Amino acid sequence: MKNKDENRILPSEIPSESSFFERRALLGGLLAGATLPSALVSAQQSATTGTKAAASAGTAAGGGTASGASLHAAPPRYTRNAALSVREPPNSYEDITTYNNFYEFGLDKSDPAEKSGSFRPLPWSVEIGGEAEVTGRYALEDLLRPHALEERIYRFRCVEAWSRVVPWLGLPLGALLQRFKPTSRAKYVEFTTLLDPRRMPGQRVGVLDWPYVEGLRIDEAMHPLALLVVGVYGRWLPNQSGAPLRLIVPWKYGFKSIKSIVRIRFTERQPRTSWNLSAPDEYGFFANVNPAVDHPRWSQAKERRIGGSFLGSRIDTLPFNGYANEVASLYRGMDLRRFY
Amino acid sequence: MQALIKPLVWLGALAPLGLIVAGIFDLAGQSLGPNPIREILHVTGKTSLNLLLITLCATPLRELTGQTLWVRPRRLLGLMAFSYALLHFLVYAVLELELQLGELGRELARRPYILVGTVALLALIPLAITSTDRMMRRLGRRWQRLHRLIYPITALGIWHYYWQVKADIREPLIYLGLLALLLAWRARSARLRRRSRQVPAASPR
Repeated sequence: MKNKDENRILPSEIPSESSFFERRALLGGLLAGATLPSALVSAQQSATTGTKAAASAGTAAGGGTASGASLHAAPPRYTRNAALSVREPPNSYEDITTYNNFYEFGLDKSDPAEKSGSFRPLPWSVEIGGEAEVTGRYALEDLLRPHALEERIYRFRCVEAWSRVVPWLGLPLGALLQRFKPTSRAKYVEFTTLLDPRRMPGQRVGVLDWPYVEGLRIDEAMHPLALLVVGVYGRWLPNQSGAPLRLIVPWKYGFKSIKSIVRIRFTERQPRTSWNLSAPDEYGFFANVNPAVDHPRWSQAKERRIGGSFLGSRIDTLPFNGYANEVASLYRGMDLRRFY
Repeated sequence: MQALIKPLVWLGALAPLGLIVAGIFDLAGQSLGPNPIREILHVTGKTSLNLLLITLCATPLRELTGQTLWVRPRRLLGLMAFSYALLHFLVYAVLELELQLGELGRELARRPYILVGTVALLALIPLAITSTDRMMRRLGRRWQRLHRLIYPITALGIWHYYWQVKADIREPLIYLGLLALLLAWRARSARLRRRSRQVPAASPR
């Protein structure tokens, strides 16, 4: 509840630009040249750089990313994808980056921010394997190079019944996967987080079977809303948010959106995913946000919108987290109570 | 020390509440984070459990040290534990559920951990009511029997905690271990007492 005035975003409010910039100024040198979501900074011309013009134009080819291990040396260039963004005001950068689950860095929601400071995400490579014509290990820069980055403001709903709104920066997962020409046997995609207990101290505690593994059905992975994320709020992902590469599947509970990905495999059989293995009756493979199917121990009908006011920030949870129009057809004919 | 123990208990027991209040008003560098209600629920619940277990340490400490000092603040500690449990429930009902009583009923019916916690809170009420000197005198031997309820109540509290943890059950297990240790101590003391009664020559009373 620090900086109450700045963080409390009433549903009707857009964060004030001045406070947004005060916070950013505190974050020091990283501010220089950072590209900001133009919706939030339209009046703040002085603090933005040339890339902002491209951002607000919404059409310029902004995908150029730095090469080599210096990927993070320059701020990300991107365009805004308003069509795939929600209209709700995003949570503050501070809310997003100081309160989240990332058990690789500890079990408290403040642990990721507090204990990931010394993690060096670069250089980073990702192994692509399984049922695809093109496989191998790729440097992150090479993986990203052909793609334009875009900003999408998505709802994020944790299985623990809290939620927020986040301006992610990323690329459509499907576009990246297509480059590796998955074969007809590729029915699923499996993602794996880095396993390195020296760099990720939470992995020294056996609360989950490390490394963290998640998965999607191939049609889910190819859905235009599925996003491979490299940044947030116009900046590269901070360590606590899953640097340097994570998944965001906005219609599913947050635990599906795996962080710090080092391996992507196309598989014929459904991947064995971490939370599903840990408590199969509580966490399904699909884990679509569904207010009608409760967690065995708590209700999923409502959610606490964090960063809101003390009262009135508990809102109804929407089927597929509000993305039913876009994704419900993926599950036509499926019993969503059985396949939770 | 005898005179200091109660003020110390007051101070220690009120400290978590102080931190919550400081967090609400952003005082002294305290913060409740972006999900303050969850944080308040967590702190009040755990403080209540801590106080219950500290209350249960009183008798073993007296037996170990031979000092009655330890049992003096026992009822005060119990009342504090009850107060935090009540506050925990009120925060849940008022801030979390926003006083939608229908929802409270549904949650009670469907969430075993909430039912377990509520039973523990309700069971604490007669103990809190009978914690005065007058009630102690009036109830006599029955007072002690009634107040032994604190053991099952603490067990319910730990169960309530265990049942909502997502994956890391270490903390509830530590609580459970402590409770088991305290119960084992009581069993041992009871056995020693029985034995000493059976051999009257060895223990003139």
